[in-house]
Amino acid sequence: MEVVIIAVVVLAIIALICGVMLTVASKFMAVEQDELTPQVRECLPGANCGACGFAGCDGYAAALVADPDLPVNLCVPGGASAAEQIGAVLGRDVGEVVKMVAEVRCSGTCAVTRPKMDYEGIESCAAAKLLFGGSGACIYGCAGLGDCAKVCPEQAIYLVGGVARVDTSACVGCGLCAKTCPNHVIEMRPAAAHVVVACSSHQKGADTRKACSAGCIGCKLCERNCAAGAITVKDNLASVDYEKCTGCGKCLEVCPSGCLVGLDVAAPAKEA
Amino acid sequence: MSEVKVIIGIIMTAVLVNNYVLSQFLGICPFLGVSKKLDQATGMSIAVIFVMVLATAVTYPIQYFVLNPNDLGYLQTIVFILVIAALVQLVEIILKKYIPALHASLGVYLPLITTNCAVLGVCISNVDSYLLENAAFGSSFVHALFNAFGSGVGFFLAMVLFAGVRTRVERCNCPACFKGMPITLISASILSVSFMGFAGLVENLLGLG
Repeated sequence: MEVVIIAVVVLAIIALICGVMLTVASKFMAVEQDELTPQVRECLPGANCGACGFAGCDGYAAALVADPDLPVNLCVPGGASAAEQIGAVLGRDVGEVVKMVAEVRCSGTCAVTRPKMDYEGIESCAAAKLLFGGSGACIYGCAGLGDCAKVCPEQAIYLVGGVARVDTSACVGCGLCAKTCPNHVIEMRPAAAHVVVACSSHQKGADTRKACSAGCIGCKLCERNCAAGAITVKDNLASVDYEKCTGCGKCLEVCPSGCLVGLDVAAPAKEA
Repeated sequence: MSEVKVIIGIIMTAVLVNNYVLSQFLGICPFLGVSKKLDQATGMSIAVIFVMVLATAVTYPIQYFVLNPNDLGYLQTIVFILVIAALVQLVEIILKKYIPALHASLGVYLPLITTNCAVLGVCISNVDSYLLENAAFGSSFVHALFNAFGSGVGFFLAMVLFAGVRTRVERCNCPACFKGMPITLISASILSVSFMGFAGLVENLLGLG
């Protein structure tokens, strides 16, 4: 009996010492945490996508509290509602949040372009790109091995006919795919854009034509016909200024290669 | 046999011959879990070295002065777990207060180590092996501390080696059925086999018995 009592007492004393030590330590060495940071963190969606430019939601929340000049609307997945909530917590003005989605600027499906070689290597666009600029005839186009789909936190990217496509309803606009794509084919555009250029080729018109029948040949017909002056052709590639574009759909009618894709246009547009 | 030689022997034995992860198979959980990236592996290992030395420094006197005189050797496991857990918590609180930079880099790993079997294993094996020497408290305690440090360094070595191996293996085109954990376990076993080559090294190198 005595053995048991000694064991229990010794253990109890050790536990008591540990407990008292920890209690005292947590009382006297408590670190006063900023109460705002967890509150701001609560407003963020927790996707840790890094679209704000910080290392995850915690990083952005800490930076918001620390830096009063930092805009509260940097969170793309959280959108306007997150910005409003953060603004309310921190008592700051909320700027406008434009919802952005990813757009794959390439229409080079198997039907319109062809591979210049058989690639049998690591299943990654970045690796394929190292070999002669990729296996496709067009070195600017989508390599179709899905590096973007792998990094997408929302599984919003899928491959159709050798080209990545974005499910815009699932896309949260974090831009990870745009950062990952070795060819920089993916662009972040406003979700409300009317027209996009589905080609990234800066080759001369004839060379583009040889590689892909759906590529932008830089003919400038769209630039000349755009009433709003929203389309400019630079380095043999058209690009749309989404703020100026009115969505009249004129460019879609004149484009000879069909690399302009209408998303939300007033006039009946021909499908590219 | 000079004291320095003994200490070098202890450290080399702990790092290479009796490597806690690769020869004694303790601490496999963080070995497989945190070895995906080199910087994480390094952070975790440094935290382990730190906690191993600290835990030995605390549990060894407890065994020597509290448990053994009272014939309570059988309470070793429960007392050690209790003390190590409390100690790690205390260290975390102190680090957070006084060395925030160190807390930021080690903080995530400290709670993980609380119940790490390698840490408990080091404390128990230290107590078991050095108390047998019947030496005075001072010298056996110093040996135990060096053994703990060496074991921590051994863990560090295993983690860093394996993190390197894993990054290479991840890039390899291995058969689909081996992808992920299976190939990781196989590479861990090969690494462990390679450490068998160190058996007998220290005795012959330093002429220890």
